[in-house]
Amino acid sequence: MNVIEVKDLKKIYNSTEVKVNALNGIDLTIEKGEFTAIVGPSGSGKTTFLNMLGGLDSPTSGDINIGGTEIGKLSSSKLIDFRLQNIGFVFQAYNLIPVLTALENVEFIMQMQGVDKKQRQQRAKDLLIQVGLGDRINSRPSKLSGGQQQRVAVARALASKPTFVLADEPTANLDSKSTENLLSMMEELNKQEEITFIFSTHDQRVVNKAHRVITLEDGKIISDDRKNG
Amino acid sequence: MILAVAWRNIWRNKTRSLVILIAICLGLASGIFYMAFYKGMVVQRINTAIKTEASHIQVHHKEYLNNPDKKFVISNTDSAVQIIRSNEHVKAISSRVIINTMAQSAKTGAGVKITGINPEEEKQVTNLSTKLIEGTYFEKVKRNPIVIGEELANKLNVKLKSKVVVTLQDMQGNLTGAAFKVEGIFRTSNTAFDEASVFVRKSDISRIMQLDNQASHEIAILLDKNENLASTNTSLTEELSTLDIKTWREIMPEVSLVESSFGITMFVFIGIILLALLFGIINTMLMAVLERKKELGMLMAVGLNKTRVFTMILLETVMLSLVGGLFGIALGWLLTFYFGYQGIDLGTWSTAYESMGFDTLVYTQLPFYVSMQIALMVIITGIIAAIYPALKALKLKPAEAIRIDL
Repeated sequence: MNVIEVKDLKKIYNSTEVKVNALNGIDLTIEKGEFTAIVGPSGSGKTTFLNMLGGLDSPTSGDINIGGTEIGKLSSSKLIDFRLQNIGFVFQAYNLIPVLTALENVEFIMQMQGVDKKQRQQRAKDLLIQVGLGDRINSRPSKLSGGQQQRVAVARALASKPTFVLADEPTANLDSKSTENLLSMMEELNKQEEITFIFSTHDQRVVNKAHRVITLEDGKIISDDRKNG
Repeated sequence: MILAVAWRNIWRNKTRSLVILIAICLGLASGIFYMAFYKGMVVQRINTAIKTEASHIQVHHKEYLNNPDKKFVISNTDSAVQIIRSNEHVKAISSRVIINTMAQSAKTGAGVKITGINPEEEKQVTNLSTKLIEGTYFEKVKRNPIVIGEELANKLNVKLKSKVVVTLQDMQGNLTGAAFKVEGIFRTSNTAFDEASVFVRKSDISRIMQLDNQASHEIAILLDKNENLASTNTSLTEELSTLDIKTWREIMPEVSLVESSFGITMFVFIGIILLALLFGIINTMLMAVLERKKELGMLMAVGLNKTRVFTMILLETVMLSLVGGLFGIALGWLLTFYFGYQGIDLGTWSTAYESMGFDTLVYTQLPFYVSMQIALMVIITGIIAAIYPALKALKLKPAEAIRIDL
């Protein structure tokens, strides 16, 4: 089942001095349960493509269909709601609200979705246990290590029951051990729960774990490698 | 949870928040204390006006106040007094004979207003008898006693038992006069009143003026409380339709104006303080928003819509303002309560204040509902202060805000 379908996606930035073709016609489908890395050098269009997938920017032309919805034509307010309901985000940094505990950070998304208190508290607890932080639910981010904060971010991303999780350089600020732990956890979730993960990364360790690696250059996909197993 | 986030965000930078909280607290406390001081002065002035000068209501001949000629008398005073006494809110009545004339001592003379009173009646209506600083109040001197103000006594260079000669025209227009003996000297908080007012027995002055015993120029009425002023005035106006009935507000409009302007003065004064604080709050919140750009960008990326972003910043600003405001109101009330008990001695400025009829020892006071009004003004200030920072936050583009520069 296709979770994401992208057809001839283009993005042109028109500044006063120069016209930039950030994406030059991308065609792509991503299926449910994929564990995919998108790689490419600076200027390849990776960030632009991720912004499109995440509904953070609109294409100049082309289609992006996520879970049956054409998001390219949605208004900004509808996009915000779409992201809330369908996309889980894990960023490189600043993932968590510093004044909320781990539990409250995970609950926050569900509260925005209108989930009742008892239900969201229970789900938040379950998710934090699942990511290995059952004993840190009442800790604020400042009391957690970088790796632990990213685990909370993953739990928060999953809390909304998204169509897929978009992880933008999630390991960039982590040491190797934390990176390994995080990636193993996400891989486990992918296997057990069939959660679709899409990574944007420069980190070779992420590329090594990914089941599919899509390489961008000059706004185009230059390779799309699937690994066996 | 947005409420919890907003509340906790206030304390993320404790120093910065404390600075603005203290500014709001001290600003409001000063404003409240000043208003309590002003209110205390106003209330005391009104009490003085009623208890010493004008009473609650005065009754005159219809022409008298426009032209205070001795011929404009209330001819049947007893009958009018009976009607007045039948009103349930009337506490005490005093009828008076009034004449403006010259008073002379051995050294000099001065223009005065002579008020002829029945001392026992007058004691019930005004507190003049309690204002004596020397002598007695129509108790000892048998023939033509006079009680004068301290300022006048100094001006005429007289003391107790001194002679003061009064020259006037009687009811037939003949020039006449009489010698009075100073029995008492009073001091009120109104030096202008003390300089111009003398009190004699009504029977003495009526005799000198050849005025009928039943006649008087003024009937002063003291009510049980000021709140019954309007209703009693209306009632007496109907019952004594041939006479002129006026409340103290009409007789002393300058005092009434001071009272009625309290509300607007308070709004303007507190409003100015809050306007100054507004910019401090905007500055604080703007810093808070700009330093949280990435966090806000992240929140908008994960699905926090514009309404929620705006609400979060609005709540944070309002709560910041309200915390400072509540402490300011509490501190202001504490000061008001303390000086309401101790009083503030104006000392150095006493001459100036007394010349306008104000007490120099002021007891601060403030109606409780004022706290509610000020709290509301603080909330409105918080809301206004939130607008610019919130709009700044709404302009953030999540994709740009969360970008990390590698």
